[in-house]
Parts: sequence; structure tokens; C-alpha cells
Amino acid sequence: MNNMKVLMNGIVKENPTFVILLGMCPTLGTTSSAMNGFSMGLATTFVLACSNIAISALKNVIPDQVRIPGYIVVIAAFVTVVQMCMEAFVPALYASLGLFIPLIVVNCIVLGRAESFAAKNGIINSAFDGLGMGLGFTMALTILGTIREFIGTGKFFGTTVLPEEFGSLIFVLAPGAFIVLGYLIAIASKLRKA
Amino acid sequence: MAKLKSTLPNMLLSLTIICGGAGAILAGVNDFTTAPIAASKAAALETAIKEVTPPFDNNPTKESYKAATAEGDSLLIYPAKKDGKLIGVAVESNTQKGFSGEIKVIVGFDADGKLFNYSVLQHAETPGLGSKMQEWFRMNKKKQSVLGRSLSDGNLQVRKDGGDVDAITAATISSRAFLDAVNRAYSAYAGTKKWDGASGATTDPANQEEISQTETETVKEGGNHE
Repeated sequence: MNNMKVLMNGIVKENPTFVILLGMCPTLGTTSSAMNGFSMGLATTFVLACSNIAISALKNVIPDQVRIPGYIVVIAAFVTVVQMCMEAFVPALYASLGLFIPLIVVNCIVLGRAESFAAKNGIINSAFDGLGMGLGFTMALTILGTIREFIGTGKFFGTTVLPEEFGSLIFVLAPGAFIVLGYLIAIASKLRKA
Repeated sequence: MAKLKSTLPNMLLSLTIICGGAGAILAGVNDFTTAPIAASKAAALETAIKEVTPPFDNNPTKESYKAATAEGDSLLIYPAKKDGKLIGVAVESNTQKGFSGEIKVIVGFDADGKLFNYSVLQHAETPGLGSKMQEWFRMNKKKQSVLGRSLSDGNLQVRKDGGDVDAITAATISSRAFLDAVNRAYSAYAGTKKWDGASGATTDPANQEEISQTETETVKEGGNHE
């Protein structure tokens, strides 16, 4: 399979957030600001790419009946690596994402790609699939975070564009996440059909 | 290579090897990140102490000691000294009364016992509401600011509870919790305070040895369940 095609598949055709609708918990929870969404996306991308590679390499030595626990251990190991590195080198970011980093373990995108792609394809293809899915996820989270941050607080990546008084608080809170996500899915679906 | 069959020995062996491998990787990463994590925590604490006390020239983290609050637990106090004279303290305080989870603040008092400054170290309050406390209580607007207040005549309270501090709009619970942490800090500090000027804070030297920075680590509980 063409690697470029696999990569684009995750970003556009099967975008995990806008098309497959997987991993909604971090999507809604961490996108209160553009920076948070972007960093969460990158952390997930790293885990996705690494776990896809590892699982694709290990697929023949993991017996079928214990494949899920096998995959989860692999995924959890990479998530913990990300968590420890973040705490060590970007403590401010770690403080703001906090609980959501360990939750990448149970993000359905990661296990979903392991099951449906990495377990059936070669290492190179799986790496590109993980990267594509991760970038698609990052893109979606960044767009969502940017919109919520801008409408909610008048800021763009932490820089004040409009005074905070113009912000509508609801967009920073959970309901705003649902509203913006709904509109984005509608727009994405329209664009795909066009 | 053909796929391994799901027999018991195969399954056992495969999972054991995977777990062993994962464990080895994590042990390596842990070794590698322990020092940076400790360094960044110490740096964050030092910045926070600098922010909330008048300029000092000693090492408050080394001279820190524990003090009991009115409620019976204890908080860490970092004395700030200049030329050997105590000019203020930073108290690392916490409260469980927040809207979601623990709130940790560091509160600085000057030599007269007035609130000098504060900094919120950790919280999980609602973004846009309770999370404003880092700025809200230092804004010089109406009765919002707590800076420069003296707690010797009684605890700080929000207006709704009969006090004279303006709570954060739509976040009275977070405001109450914040003031609770400040009050706890003062009660710990007032309990040990013996202001005799030149000699600085008097503490029991035996207590000081037991204090290590690892005690400031906490497990984040509660948090955002989505």
C-alpha cells in the first residue's frame, strides 16, 4: 500500500475525530485552549506511531487470545514514557494536561488502530498509519481548541486578540466543546462530500 | 513467521516477555527523568517562594520547617531572610474544600504578618471561573485584593459568609476554598511566630532535619472525570 495514501487516510478520509468519532474524552476535555489541544494531539501522535510500530513488529508472537492485554501493555508503556518525559521537560504543560495524559492508554483510537491496522499490516505501513491518524487527531484538536479559546476568552494561542469581556464563557466549559465539535463535524462532512 | 497458537505456554511466555520488555523500558526512562523532574519541581517551588516574599538572600527550602495549623495538620513554612534577619515567610498551604479536588497555594507574609503575595500551585477548578483565582485576589478592584491584608484580627471570608473579600463572580465555592487555604497558612504561621526582630523565627532545630522536599509531592485525586 502506498505510504502517502495511508498517511492522508488518517488526516482526511478517516480523520479519527471528525469522521470515525473516536477518542471523544480527550477531544472534549483538553481543548479548552489551542495550546492544550495541540500538545495533547502531539502526545497521542507519539503514542500512536510507536505503539503501531511495536505491535506490528510483535503481531506474530502475540497469540490471538491474549492480544488485547498484550497491546494494552505496549500502549501503556509508551504512554508512561510520554508522561515521565513531559513531567521532566515541560512541567507547565504537564500541569495543565494532567490527568488526560495517562488516559491516552484507554483512548480508543490507539487500541483501534492497533487492532484494525497494525495487527494486519507491515511495520512501515503501520508507522505511517499511526502518524497519519495522530496528525489528523492533532489537527482536529488544535482547530477545536483555537475556536473555543478565541470565542471563549478572546485569545489566540494565549495571546489576547480581543478583551476578555467579549468572550463567552460557555465555550471554554464542557457545553461549548460539544457545540463547536458538532459544527466542525458538520462542516467536515460537507467538505468531504463536495 | 506463522502466528503463535493460543496455547497456555505460548500465551504465558508471550505476555511475560512483553511485560518484561515494557518494564525494562520504563525503568530506563524513569532513571533518566528522575533528576530533571526533581529539578523542575525544586525550581518551580523556588520561583513561587521568590514571588510571594520580599527579596531574600538565604535558602528558604533548606531552612523550611513544619508548623501545625489550627485544624491539627501541618504545613511547610519557608522562612525568607535578608542579612540573617527574618523579613517574611512563605507557607505552602492546601485545602480540600475546592470545587473539584485539592487546591495548593503558597502564601507569603511579610515581617509584620501582613499578606505579602500568593501563588496558586495546583488546582482543578472550573476553567474560566474558579481558575481565575491566580489573578482575581490580587486585582485592586473594590474589595477583591487580599494583598496587604492582616489576618491577625480574624480569618478572611467572602462577603457571602460575612467577610469583606469579594468572591470571584460565579465561583463562590472556589473563592471560599482559596481563602480557607490562606487562613490555614496564616494559622500555621501564627502558631510558630515569635517576632523578636533580629533573631528571626524561632523553631525547633530537631524538627528541621526531617523535612525533605519529596513531601510536597501529592497524588492528584478527583480531577476531571469526563
